[in-house]
Amino acid sequence: MYHAIVFFPLIGALLAGLFGRQLGPRMCEYITTGFLAFSALLSWGAFFEVPGSDHATRVQVATWFTAGDLVVDWAFRIDTLTVVMLVVVTTVSTLVHLYSVGYMEEDPHRPRFFAYLSLFTFAMLMLVTADNLVQMFFGWEGVGLASYLLIGFWYEKPSANAAAMKAFIVNRVGDFGFSLGIFLVFVLFGSVAFDGILPRAAELKDATFHFLGYDWNAMTLACLLLFMGAMGKSAQFLLHTWLPDAMEGPTPVSALIHAATMVTAGVFMVARLSPLFEVAPNALIVVTIIGGITAFFAATIGMVQNDIKRVIAYSTCSQLGYMFVALGVGAYSAAVFHLFTHAFFKALLFLGAGSVIHAMHHEQDMRNMGALRRYIPFTSAMMTIGTLALIGFPFTAGYYSKDAIIEAAYASTRPGHTLAFLCTVVAALMTSFYSWRLFFMTFEGPARWAGHGAAHHDDHHAAPALAHAASAAADGAPGHHEGVAHDDKGHDVEPASHSAIEHHDHAHTPHESPLVMTIPLAILAFGALFAGLLFKNRFIGEGMESFWGHALGHGPDNHIMHDIHSVPALVAYSPFIMLVIGFLLAFWMYIRRPELPGRLAAQQPSLYQFLLNKWYFDELYDRIFVRPAKNFGKFLWKEGDGRVIDGLGPDGIATRVLDVTRGVVRLQTGYVYHYAFVMLIGVAAIVSWYMLTGLPKVGH
Amino acid sequence: MFGLGILSGLLIVPLCGAAFVLTLGNESESVKRNARWAALATTIVTFLLSLVAWGRFDPSTSSFQLVETHGWLAETIKFKLGVDGFSMPLILLTTFLMPFCIGASWLSVNTRVKEYFVAFLVLETTMIGVFCSLDLVLFYLFFEAGLIPMFLIIGIWGGKRRIYASFKFFLYTLLGSVLMLLAIMAMYWQAGTTDIPTLLQTRFPVGMQYWLWLAFFASFAVKMPMWPVHTWLPDAHVEAPTAGSVILAGILLKMGGYGFIRISLPMFPDASAYFAPMVFALSVIAIIFTSLIALMQTDIKKLIAYSSVAHMGFVTLGLFTLNEQGIQGALFLMISHGIVSGALFVCVGVVYDRMHTREIAAYGGLVKRMPLYAAAMMVFTMANVGLPGTSGFVGEFLAMMGAFKANPTVAFFSVFGIILSAGYALWLYSRVIYGKLEKPNLQGILDLDLREKLILAPLVALTIYYGVHPAPILDTFAPSTEALMQSMKSALSNTQTAAVLPPVAR
Repeated sequence: MYHAIVFFPLIGALLAGLFGRQLGPRMCEYITTGFLAFSALLSWGAFFEVPGSDHATRVQVATWFTAGDLVVDWAFRIDTLTVVMLVVVTTVSTLVHLYSVGYMEEDPHRPRFFAYLSLFTFAMLMLVTADNLVQMFFGWEGVGLASYLLIGFWYEKPSANAAAMKAFIVNRVGDFGFSLGIFLVFVLFGSVAFDGILPRAAELKDATFHFLGYDWNAMTLACLLLFMGAMGKSAQFLLHTWLPDAMEGPTPVSALIHAATMVTAGVFMVARLSPLFEVAPNALIVVTIIGGITAFFAATIGMVQNDIKRVIAYSTCSQLGYMFVALGVGAYSAAVFHLFTHAFFKALLFLGAGSVIHAMHHEQDMRNMGALRRYIPFTSAMMTIGTLALIGFPFTAGYYSKDAIIEAAYASTRPGHTLAFLCTVVAALMTSFYSWRLFFMTFEGPARWAGHGAAHHDDHHAAPALAHAASAAADGAPGHHEGVAHDDKGHDVEPASHSAIEHHDHAHTPHESPLVMTIPLAILAFGALFAGLLFKNRFIGEGMESFWGHALGHGPDNHIMHDIHSVPALVAYSPFIMLVIGFLLAFWMYIRRPELPGRLAAQQPSLYQFLLNKWYFDELYDRIFVRPAKNFGKFLWKEGDGRVIDGLGPDGIATRVLDVTRGVVRLQTGYVYHYAFVMLIGVAAIVSWYMLTGLPKVGH
Repeated sequence: MFGLGILSGLLIVPLCGAAFVLTLGNESESVKRNARWAALATTIVTFLLSLVAWGRFDPSTSSFQLVETHGWLAETIKFKLGVDGFSMPLILLTTFLMPFCIGASWLSVNTRVKEYFVAFLVLETTMIGVFCSLDLVLFYLFFEAGLIPMFLIIGIWGGKRRIYASFKFFLYTLLGSVLMLLAIMAMYWQAGTTDIPTLLQTRFPVGMQYWLWLAFFASFAVKMPMWPVHTWLPDAHVEAPTAGSVILAGILLKMGGYGFIRISLPMFPDASAYFAPMVFALSVIAIIFTSLIALMQTDIKKLIAYSSVAHMGFVTLGLFTLNEQGIQGALFLMISHGIVSGALFVCVGVVYDRMHTREIAAYGGLVKRMPLYAAAMMVFTMANVGLPGTSGFVGEFLAMMGAFKANPTVAFFSVFGIILSAGYALWLYSRVIYGKLEKPNLQGILDLDLREKLILAPLVALTIYYGVHPAPILDTFAPSTEALMQSMKSALSNTQTAAVLPPVAR
């Protein structure tokens, strides 16, 4: 059965990828979606069957490679954590496949698109079912490849290419740590299989390892290195820069890869390796702090972005920070629970945003939206549900998981937990603010799209849009149109595949999406509303122990999941208070006094620019990594190889030799003869040596 | 047959083919066609014969197999052939790549066609000879003789600066080979034989090992090529015709690695352990520096050539870790790199044949007109960056893991290679394949034709197959690696006891 779950998407991908032309786009959609739906059904079967069993089931598929005492298998490890991930991945993926049938309808490269989607799903399933670190790395890089291909799906857009490359390379920086972590684990445990590592973690609690001139606690070092991989994949602070750019990909891709599944791989990894992290408390402190900072900083940027997808991308980044905070304080089950609920409501938000973009003919800039609730009521309702779940409105999915995390951050006793608590609480306020800001700018207020009756554009309402536009123009950040490229000056450049069909002016009335797109929205909305209520008990409630079994490694002193029940009432209510404040702020600023945001931005230009430009990380990295690497490369090439090595070596000698031989022999053949001659002399020399010395002198 | 074994057969068949091609008449179209088909048939027969040899080869032992000895120059210098786990896969790689080289030159070579294919067939004999000779003099002969045809291939059928390139090639290799020759003479003087199996059992005095090691190192390091004696490679690649580049990257570079594993490591274990840190340093420098240089290249072939140098850095790194993971990883990487870099050069050849330029800036947006080509190129690019699931991953991963065991600091620096390789490889891909197809002369470019599909399809298949299931090759290396580790361990511990004992005795 697990073979079927994992390999069906691969079969779908291969069929669509290799025979796409023969099968035709429609058939490819049916095949890939059908295979995934089947895989999802089986996953839900496993989800209700596996939890409660005492130990992980191991399904051997084949041996990958062996070298010395290193044995790497292709194998599945099935336990509760695995089936939770299976359910998340296959469900969201199936819905995204279905949704894409409608969303990508006008794209000429649909077989390729669906092949990539299914390939991604396969790699992700290999990642979550991995029985060892190397197979996990296979899935890890495999999803990276699929993400690269899908972000760059509209290959004619230079910005999409750049974003795809950036995603792959930044992830490679994380994989730098992941690889070293795998090596260290192998050196410490003599194995890369989870069965050989996880139960033995405690034995090496106090081992030390000498690395780069320091004596490290071996487990701390291993966990930190592995966590670096997680930071890359899950776009945590410092390695987050690729995620917002990844929004260049088609929106269903953003929903599947950059919200619900791939970016949570880092969370999954830490949860999977929780027995290791449990014996490395210092590494967990780092996890907590990085998570807290990410939750905070991504939310600050999310508050000022104008591209609807980028707001949600920063929101994802921030929510991943929450999950890492939970992991860091040892509340692994809360982290995975948030991963589970987040998958539903964040996929819903992205697909809803996709529906908006679809309705607006590939317009992504919220400054050109507004008043859409009247035109696309269903999408608007679904987005409302997604927003409520994201901000943690009582009894929606996000309410249970997010509150648990904030409480756990408070209840923890680890260093750094206070910072994490403050960050997550403040981020909760900002989450509410940017979510409602997005909602109001998109669905409420006056209609600001071109071609709409000018009557709605009275001065009062036009002000914020103008202010935003002015400030955006000042820093040269043009609005984004999906599938449409910008050249340097911000003018639209239309890719051939999109021009005729989609990108007229926006004179059309926004229209509701077809059924094939709204049904996935409805299903996800159901999840966003009820996933918390239905599964809370199993994930983090009384049924927790029997549900998780031994899938997560709680150490003997880890009582965090019990301690969260005894936090002060104010802490427990703080997320709700924050979400109310956030809502009121957004309501006041974007509905009641719409001129305020523009004025605020004008009053605090440096802060506004700082946030709008995402804390200047891209510029910073370009300055300190990219450009020096290029300059150094050029220097090594021209000066090192060219002047020094060649100059002193062959070219220098060559000039001397050439002086002698010039005019004596023709180059083309001359050197060959020389060469053969030298070689023959060599052979002759050996033979004559033999002749001269006579019999061999054995035993010299 | 005629008292000759199958390995002799592998050496003779290409020579027979070469002789046949030579007997063909003048430069008419039909002669050209016959020469091509004859060369192709010869290389395919050789490949099939090598498969037979593989069938008879028992991968579970480390001893030399299919051994045959014929009298030659003198009583102690024999024409002795044989294979073990180290050399068998390399012979297969050689015979496997040759038909692709012939196919890749099918239309692009149009002058002196006969001579061209003769050069290639002779080259094949010498390459196989290097990997199966069990006598140092014979090894030396093949090792050096192989350069002559390669030389001609670059010098006659090469690009604009072919004279400079072949000259550079000549100068570097001459330096190395003279020293190697001296070392071989010294070894003969010491051990009284040039028989490789006997020499493998011989213990050379430690002081002498250092000198011998350095002399061989001079030759192998140039061949690898290791930093800083690598500058001949980019020039040679750029000027060589497509098939020449394939062989250069695919096989000739592997001779250096083979030399290390066949001669330096087992015969001079003490010196190898002594010089390992230096090799590590050079390898790491090669990985980081040449990757950075590759990043800035504007010529597709040069970029791939520099990336080859970086990958060979992983090979030398792995070999001198002196543990199973490192050595097997390095050997696997040699095979994988042979397939992948060969395939990449074929890919460059495909567009070069159409547009007659290797400038990256001259391309862009090829995927629009050439989707199949883009897909094949994607597979090889990913193998080049070491994506798990392609053959490139297994070797690199094992080599780095071995390095981490031997010296974590070295491994730390070498892992930068995986970031940088992603940088230069993807940037190349996005500049050539992605983007808008705007250049007017690219508008009519055609996708792969049948010949090119036949060449690239097996390479794609193998790249992925060996990525998922590397065991056929990796397990062939295992017994020989294990034996090597055993002998090195005992040699090193002997030296240590010898060093420790005297004070105790005193």
